[in-house]
Amino acid sequence: MIAETGLAALWLTAGLAAYQLVLMLLALRFDLPVSRSIRAVAVVQGLLSLLAFAALLLVFARSDMSVALVFANSHSDKPFIYKIAGAWGNHEGSMLMWVTILAISGALLALFSRKLSERTLIAALGSQAVLALGFYAFLLIASNPFDRLFPAPPNGQGLNPLLQDPGLAFHPPTLYLGYVGLSVAFSLAVGALLTGEVDGRLARAMRPWVLGAWVLLTLGITAGSYWAYYELGWGGYWFWDPVENASLMPWLAATALLHSINVLAARGALKAWTMMLAVIAFSMSMVGTFLVRSGILTSVHSFAIDPERGTFLLALLTIYVGAAFALFAWRGATLKEGAPFELVSRETGLVINNLLLSVILGIVFVGTLYPLFVEAVSGEKMSVGGPYFNAVAGPLALVLAVLVGVGPLLGWRRERRPVLRVLRVPALLAVTAFVITIILSASISLLVRFGFAAAAFLAASSILPLVRRNPLRTPLATWGMVVAHFGIAVALVGMAANAAFTSERLAVVQLGETVKVGPWLVQLEDVTPTAGQNWTATEAQLRASRGSGPISLKPQTRYFTDPVTETNEAAIDTFWNGQLYTVLGKADPSGGWQVRLWWKPFVTLIWVGGFLIAFGGALALGGRLWRMRTRGPAAASWRRERYA
Amino acid sequence: MSRLRLIPIILLLWLVSTFAWRLIKPADPAVRSQLVERTLPPFTLAPIVAGKPGFTSTDLATGKPRLLNIFASWCLPCIGEAPVLEKLRQRGVEIDAIAVRDTPVAVQTFLNIHGDPYQRIGTDPQSAVQITLGSSGVPETFVVDGRGVIRHQYVGPLTEANIPGVIAQLEALK
Repeated sequence: MIAETGLAALWLTAGLAAYQLVLMLLALRFDLPVSRSIRAVAVVQGLLSLLAFAALLLVFARSDMSVALVFANSHSDKPFIYKIAGAWGNHEGSMLMWVTILAISGALLALFSRKLSERTLIAALGSQAVLALGFYAFLLIASNPFDRLFPAPPNGQGLNPLLQDPGLAFHPPTLYLGYVGLSVAFSLAVGALLTGEVDGRLARAMRPWVLGAWVLLTLGITAGSYWAYYELGWGGYWFWDPVENASLMPWLAATALLHSINVLAARGALKAWTMMLAVIAFSMSMVGTFLVRSGILTSVHSFAIDPERGTFLLALLTIYVGAAFALFAWRGATLKEGAPFELVSRETGLVINNLLLSVILGIVFVGTLYPLFVEAVSGEKMSVGGPYFNAVAGPLALVLAVLVGVGPLLGWRRERRPVLRVLRVPALLAVTAFVITIILSASISLLVRFGFAAAAFLAASSILPLVRRNPLRTPLATWGMVVAHFGIAVALVGMAANAAFTSERLAVVQLGETVKVGPWLVQLEDVTPTAGQNWTATEAQLRASRGSGPISLKPQTRYFTDPVTETNEAAIDTFWNGQLYTVLGKADPSGGWQVRLWWKPFVTLIWVGGFLIAFGGALALGGRLWRMRTRGPAAASWRRERYA
Repeated sequence: MSRLRLIPIILLLWLVSTFAWRLIKPADPAVRSQLVERTLPPFTLAPIVAGKPGFTSTDLATGKPRLLNIFASWCLPCIGEAPVLEKLRQRGVEIDAIAVRDTPVAVQTFLNIHGDPYQRIGTDPQSAVQITLGSSGVPETFVVDGRGVIRHQYVGPLTEANIPGVIAQLEALK
């Protein structure tokens, strides 16, 4: 019954989405007063899709093996949290989750969007309905999550053990929330292009959505990077894998959008560009979803490879993005650009920021899809990896990092103050950092040395907007900006330190033998079998010391039975100045064990920085929402823009 | 200006057509050796079972085309392939084999159960020779001509359907 209820809710909500679209067309074409009814429909549509998703969670929680999806992705012996996570650890469930979030965000838009003009809101809700309708059709026609099996099998096939990890329980939902947040920005842009009301009001209505989506994408990418780092046992934090790039591309577009939207909100400028970015950001989420779900690119993440699903998603992508681009071509020319600005101004800074981010986005996009393009044209197979991305995007990212420190110091419209003088201290720090890297080691690459220098510059200059200001009277949004920009510097130090100072050791070690990695002496004391709820393992006992008292690490090789899989559980010990990362490999014919050891100084700063960036975004979001509540939209709108 | 605004749509169509092309024509996951149409790289393989000599790369240049089969006793598709290789042997095809990551006892047992179509079997305990040949798994079969040049690579097990093709290939190379 639960599965049938879910399916019925899905059909109903699809019908409502169609109705929502009709209402929007009536309103725009015949000026019918639909604003109350379309809001109500959007809210009910959100609730019904939530009901469908709740039904799916429930069948997973109860391990109802008569539902085909549960059978294929769950097992009654699994820990409870992974039973729940199993609901979205597969294609159908994740698509249902996607559309549920989409529908709920539509409902929130209908409930809380007071500042927007009614016509634009109705048009945006209509656009949301089109987006949702495509995904409902996709679920109901090509991937019904509630299909039954008869007779019901006694037990399920299990969930990939790599996914049985707390990180996974939250990583996809976070990214999906981010992607779908961008769908609201997309719909608002489409709505505004339809009604022609691209102005500061629209930017201020769009901004919390972009900010929220961006915070979640940042968190999702940071958490995903850490998950890959400790779960895969390869000791790397970013592999330029197509699926990682698929999450990075919307983030880059959203970052650009986040900054250009401020120009639109404050100065009414960059209208066409901001609308284009809003469309591109969501398009990148769609491209990402398509790449991941169709499995057309080789990746460690290769999920189901299914031409039917791929075709469906590609059709949705073409319709949505094609329609938005066509709308842009049709209406874009009617947009009047806002207030002019001078060469040295915050606007210029943000334009350069946008250009650099767009170029980096282009580089990642081309690099990710280049093998596909080449094979389509010449039939030749090739792959594009880290060396390309690091060499091409790396220097640009460093230039951007330096400019991130300068931009916030510039005033809107024109800057006549001698800003460069303020930057003497950060510049001095950058030079010092560069010199220190030369003294420390001769073998560091130039890019990494510049990485340290840029990080030092940014760390110092990012806090300058707070200097000589009353911290209590500084708006939360400014604090958020400072924290996020400082977070970039922190992450940059982590990346540079990881590139420059990591020590790696791959050795066959006999019991009792000691090997050296970086400052550490690591002794293999014992290798013993052990077991958990649904796995058995071989566990090594390592004793590591560097001068002070020894510590114990226990890396494992785990064997899962449902399905049969082997995973490496790295043992990682974190210190203030780095991480000791140990992996147990196979037994060697000589009687020893393969052991892989890394000493990674300051590597944790990468993720600390990532979380700081997200936290900064959250602060800014909190500040903006709080102002909207307490001072009302009118007061918030002009006051908020004065935080230079 | 309005023409410029059509650029995104054109780029999108190009992207979509590339995606569609890949969906219609899925990627071939097989790894093709880069050594096809090239002389065998030099290698020396020790024998693994009694009565079957090992061989070197130059031993394969006998003036007569032959097959070089890469197999392992632990490989299930190799069991399916064994009768096909036996039929080829009965039709006069000469086959040498490389046993990958295997032990003498296991190989001997495999030959006892599934038949022995091989003239020579060399052992490749660490897959070193397999990797040099550009082979990514077992079973794989290389067609080597009389001068020791790899002329064709079969990825995965040979089946009954392959027999006429293999015979014709070897005839053409004579």
